[in-house]
Amino acid sequence: MKRFSGLNLIAEAMNGHKGWPEHWPEKAPKPAYDVIIIGGGGHGLGAAYYLAAKYGITNVAVIEKGWIGGGNGGRNTTIIRSNYLYDESAHLYDHAVKMWDGLSQELNYNVMYSKRGVLMLAHNIHDIQSFKRHIHANRLNGVDNEWLTPEECKAYCPPLDISPNARHPVLGGALQRRGGTARHDTVIWGYARGAVARGVDIIQNCAVTGIRRGPDGAVLGVDTEKGFIGAKKIGVSAAGNTSVVMDMAGLRFPLESYPLQALVSEPVKPIFPCVVMSNTVHAYISQSDKGELVIGAGTDQYVSYSQRGALHIIEHTLAAICEIFPIFTRMRMLRSWGGIVDVTPDRSPILGKTPVAGLYVNCGWGTGGFKATPGAADLLAYTIAHDAPNAINAAFNLDRFRTGRFIDEAAAAAVAH
Amino acid sequence: MILIHCPYCEEDRPEVEFTYGGEAHIARPLDPSALTDSEWEGYLYIRSNTRGLHAERWRHAHGCARFFNAVRDTVSDRFEVTYKTGEARPAKITQTGGAA
Repeated sequence: MKRFSGLNLIAEAMNGHKGWPEHWPEKAPKPAYDVIIIGGGGHGLGAAYYLAAKYGITNVAVIEKGWIGGGNGGRNTTIIRSNYLYDESAHLYDHAVKMWDGLSQELNYNVMYSKRGVLMLAHNIHDIQSFKRHIHANRLNGVDNEWLTPEECKAYCPPLDISPNARHPVLGGALQRRGGTARHDTVIWGYARGAVARGVDIIQNCAVTGIRRGPDGAVLGVDTEKGFIGAKKIGVSAAGNTSVVMDMAGLRFPLESYPLQALVSEPVKPIFPCVVMSNTVHAYISQSDKGELVIGAGTDQYVSYSQRGALHIIEHTLAAICEIFPIFTRMRMLRSWGGIVDVTPDRSPILGKTPVAGLYVNCGWGTGGFKATPGAADLLAYTIAHDAPNAINAAFNLDRFRTGRFIDEAAAAAVAH
Repeated sequence: MILIHCPYCEEDRPEVEFTYGGEAHIARPLDPSALTDSEWEGYLYIRSNTRGLHAERWRHAHGCARFFNAVRDTVSDRFEVTYKTGEARPAKITQTGGAA
């Protein structure tokens, strides 16, 4: 890997930029690896990176059925925050937010993490009570979150209409200043480049077709479109396709996969300084550095792997945005897309071991996986390397659906699902 | 917008008239207290989440308001067949699409 630096940039400028090496050269798979990661999104590539960089396992392959970052890694709305209600969630998501700090330096790749703040609007008494409860719970867990009056909300986000006559009056808001956005593609590219530099093979356009298990039940490797590849440990980080992959190992999971749509407007000059979410009206909005308004809301209603959704769902999303921000009623939308998100019954992820020896899973992030990318990747790598979960992800096990020990962020309500 | 055939109204109606009801043919246990925790987990939470032909419940909420079942391809979102509650999943629906 050739480092990006001022000196290297000047040297390459003299040379017509012909000396930069490929970030991840095309690789044929080796017959066997120590660890195979199924799924080349941010979580999977990050797990390979941390296995090599932090936990000393470099004989690793990432197997991706399409191209890296072509799934949810390239289909999200890039929002980062950690203001979750329960202790376990606060620790899990804040582990990731702490890692976003300094990620550009660690990867030597600019992931454009921008702490522009995530402002959640309160439109009624229930919102106020719920958000204040979150703020207190967050502060006890060392997660920054503060209450803003309507005037303070307006000062923080000038496009906001706080007049009492607004369709949905703003009664205040909860602001996480460390929340914000990052550039999703560079997260993929940065992890891929860092992992390859440490010896990881990235095998693209190669679907896994089966998981082989030995007489003792432990994994032996995977069958793929490019033949059998052996491995004693397999980490599955396949988001919406987790049920499909787990079926190959004979496991049935408490997951359902839904399309989650998002859309961007035509690019305009900087007008929107932060991320605003409204759970009552159910939509969220931010502006990318390119100038597009990035807009999202809830999932479509039925199980689907189609990577697109129904038009009436995004009509509802845009209606919600226009009700809060009437100034955007004449903006034109440029693109819309759908990603397939795997949703658990309690809306918290599953991150740990499975009943099959040597098979580990990172799934169930539902509509909010991007923010967790560095943390989830690190914890999956830890769990694989130690064959045991870290204290942070121990509670996010598969057993909780049998024991009833949920981490019920679905009922915590102040997160947009 | 997808058109869905309601087997009770016998009409193709737009998707917004319907609500989704999850995977079909999951029978409620007759004696829940006799179940082990694993069996109860299976009933409540474990789902097929099929990539391909998926049997599922729909409700014609803004029509006859009745529940019915459907087989839909979750990759193309194409409805292969809808049928009344209580009827068995049609056996002739093949993976290549359409009734054989």
